Amino acid sequence: MKYDLVLRVVAKLLIPFILLFALYVQFHGDFGPGGGFQAGTIFGAGIIFYGLIFGVDTARSVLPDWVVESMLAAGVLLFAGVGIAGLLLGGNYLDYFVLDKNAVIGQHRGIFWVEAGVFITVAGVMLKIFYMFALRGRPED
Amino acid sequence: MIIDVLLILMAISVLILMRLRNLFAAVVLLGIYSFLMATVLVALDAVDVAMTEAAVGAGVSTVLLLGALLLCKSSEAKPVHKPWLPLTVAVSTGVLLVYGAWGLPDFSDPQAPIHQHVAPRYLQNEVDVPNVVTAVLASFRGFDTLGETTVVFTAGAGIIALLRRRQRVDKDRKNGA
Repeated sequence: MKYDLVLRVVAKLLIPFILLFALYVQFHGDFGPGGGFQAGTIFGAGIIFYGLIFGVDTARSVLPDWVVESMLAAGVLLFAGVGIAGLLLGGNYLDYFVLDKNAVIGQHRGIFWVEAGVFITVAGVMLKIFYMFALRGRPED
Repeated sequence: MIIDVLLILMAISVLILMRLRNLFAAVVLLGIYSFLMATVLVALDAVDVAMTEAAVGAGVSTVLLLGALLLCKSSEAKPVHKPWLPLTVAVSTGVLLVYGAWGLPDFSDPQAPIHQHVAPRYLQNEVDVPNVVTAVLASFRGFDTLGETTVVFTAGAGIIALLRRRQRVDKDRKNGA
């Protein structure tokens, strides 16, 4: 598919919008349908689409393996870290009310970081599984 | 009404899927099945689940199955045994589930027990996030979501552990270690 002109042009047109839509779903998740999990899958699917059309190696130069592998762990750590921040500020684990003087703003802050954690892990796992499968039949590079 | 049509289409695609021996066609049909499912979810006003279903079920998993197809034969071998036992198990489980579904309260019935328990507290919205689903998932059930994220992480870690070992061994051999 690497040299198919139509696919390349359509992909170049669509991919920015897919990634932007993922960010919209992520940050608008408080108001409309969506959230970290949906945004992560859409973001991952956008990069996978890019990898399908332009080759896995091109996608891997955009998001190298070490970035994707760090994303895997970073998301869960961020999520768990929000919980620990709540503990340190005198609340229970994953209690967002204590994250700010104003309880409602604390909740918003907690939800923001938690959703960011979910987004990072889900996008990382999608990409990692794709890289692993796509490189499976190939000799070591 | 539209949901019935979609469900019938899904049933048809499953029946065709059973008869198919060409794996490429089966993968594409699975993608169609997922898109139908996503449309059903949109019709049920669960847009966020529909987005996930379309992106994961129809998008990513189709890509992964196609990637797997590259590594194996493209048509399924004829089964040695007649699949009567698995068919009986699958059909009886399905019948049981449909029988159980008849006992559920009507769709979006406000008097259903699930809407009388903790849902009123959720809807008071002390979190002040307009999308209640996000409030429930991220705040009220934060532990649950943390667990889910860990499950996703574990899946990724498992894939890495399963598929990378061979490459590592090759590299060691190349370096003479």
